[in-house]
Amino acid sequence: MNTSALIIMLVTLFAVTGITIYFFWLVLKTPPKPEPDSYLFNDDDPERLEQNGNR
Amino acid sequence: MSANKESWGSRVGLILAMAGNAVGLGNFLRFPVQAVQNGGGAFIIPYLVCFLVMGIPLLWIEWSMGRFGGKFGHHSTPFILDTMDKRRFWKYIGVFGVWTNIAVAAYYCYLESWTLSYMMHSILGSFNGLDQNGVAEFFNHYVDLDTSTTGIPYEPIVFFVICLLLNTWILSKGLAAGVERVAKIGMPLLILFGAFLAYKGFTVTAGEQGAINDSSVGLNFLWTPNYDQLWSPSVWLAAAGQIFFTLSVGMGTVHCYASYVRSKDDIALNAMSAGWMNEFVEVVLGGAIIIPISIGYLGIDRVTELVQLGGLGLGFKTLPYLFAQWGPALSAIAGVMWFGLLFFAGITSSLAMGTPWMGFLQDEFNWRRKSAAWSFGLIVFLLGMPTVLFFNYGVFDEYDYWAGTVSLVVFALLESILFAWVFGMDKGWREITSGADIKVPGIYKFIIKYVTPLLLLWVFVGSLVTPKGGDWGAALSGNWVLDDSSIIKKLMNSSLKQQLAAATDPAQIAQLEDTLFFVNASRILLAAVFVGIALLVYVAYKKRVREGKI
Repeated sequence: MNTSALIIMLVTLFAVTGITIYFFWLVLKTPPKPEPDSYLFNDDDPERLEQNGNR
Repeated sequence: MSANKESWGSRVGLILAMAGNAVGLGNFLRFPVQAVQNGGGAFIIPYLVCFLVMGIPLLWIEWSMGRFGGKFGHHSTPFILDTMDKRRFWKYIGVFGVWTNIAVAAYYCYLESWTLSYMMHSILGSFNGLDQNGVAEFFNHYVDLDTSTTGIPYEPIVFFVICLLLNTWILSKGLAAGVERVAKIGMPLLILFGAFLAYKGFTVTAGEQGAINDSSVGLNFLWTPNYDQLWSPSVWLAAAGQIFFTLSVGMGTVHCYASYVRSKDDIALNAMSAGWMNEFVEVVLGGAIIIPISIGYLGIDRVTELVQLGGLGLGFKTLPYLFAQWGPALSAIAGVMWFGLLFFAGITSSLAMGTPWMGFLQDEFNWRRKSAAWSFGLIVFLLGMPTVLFFNYGVFDEYDYWAGTVSLVVFALLESILFAWVFGMDKGWREITSGADIKVPGIYKFIIKYVTPLLLLWVFVGSLVTPKGGDWGAALSGNWVLDDSSIIKKLMNSSLKQQLAAATDPAQIAQLEDTLFFVNASRILLAAVFVGIALLVYVAYKKRVREGKI
């Protein structure tokens, strides 16, 4: 590949991949908000119910 | 009381569903073609700039509008927009957010059904032994409905119905158990299939398995910057247009999905994560498959010709032939992966298109989820059949142009004005930042208020009065001749009429006259559907007044 094409391609691919991973990682590591939140999956989690005094 | 008790299962599920909504066939078929036609590697600069100043702001606008409307129990744009200003006409602007989805789903499900059928043909080895013209003819016969490629009579209709039934059945399962579950399976598989094909795209070697070029030739072709093109307004217009279509903004689906998020939960980070995931699929995977593989086997001149026919031609008429060069086993695997990837990209988008209509019926008329889902399936079937039966008469393209292109720009322009100037930027900013898990840069307050609406206005005006050959220099110096691709010329059917005037062969004249008829008929049909939904919104409004809700 010619140098300018290689530079543009690599910078773009690494930047887009890096930013995508960074934001998804932020989503994964951010703790959920207290109940009632928007999501069903943790509604029956005893710890969260206890934290919120819903027992 | 509304029958709508939908909820998302998990935050990751919501983000994958939202990313799935954005990731569509255009990520793999449209983006590389646009990049090649608009300056190669230099296209990425306007493309990413437009993503930052138009794409991200629109995502934040739509997520926050949706969450705001959801607080009042609204899950479709007519009444989401209605809550944002006291003037009553906004709910009729919101009709775009239901109509676009129904009209786009009508032809998109047909396109999606091709991928199902082509997956089956890849397994059956239908493309083995065919030359490139044979593969192209296979596609032409498929959409002609005149020849059955499998012995199944009216095969495209059968696959269209299967695809619609599948969509409807998943929608009837609801958000968490239907849409979200498909996104959680489909998105990782799509990325896996894409990564495999991208690897093949990066490793094409001249002289092996019939390849005439190394992958570097195709990658050079795609990524070598032509900086002169950076000053062309047409390139910027193309970049802005691509950002628009790839993010599925201006459709009403983002509003609908976000309306099920509670006001204390984050939308700013969710929007960024889903938006960048779409960019990853488009730029990293989409850019590494179709162009490098095609050029590896066909050469630059042939692919330049094929690119003029658009991504569909490359995706369905060329790639199956190229996969066949890899031997029966690998060609079947590659075919299943390519069309499987397109299928998952398609279905996660078409499912999103069903939700605004369902939300509207559930909110306003207390329909149950299942009835709402099946009504969507029925309407899409009735509206989609003309695209199947009269594909060769331009009906498919007409739906795509008006519902899948023009309508998005119009609605996004109007919603950005509503959000920033009518609802107010201060209130809007509070909506975006409320519950945010990231710090939203303050510059976006300025961008959302001024840059995004102006850019959208420019995209709209640029499409309305596109100068001939995209020559803005000549146009601005006083010689403004409209291009046949401009909205005004399209509306006047200029291109078709010119072809008709130049035609001498009676069969060709008859074909063009039929095309003109079907083009006009499909516009009337689409307009009638819009009016029908607007009437339903009026009925729903009157019902609300009667019930004392307004």
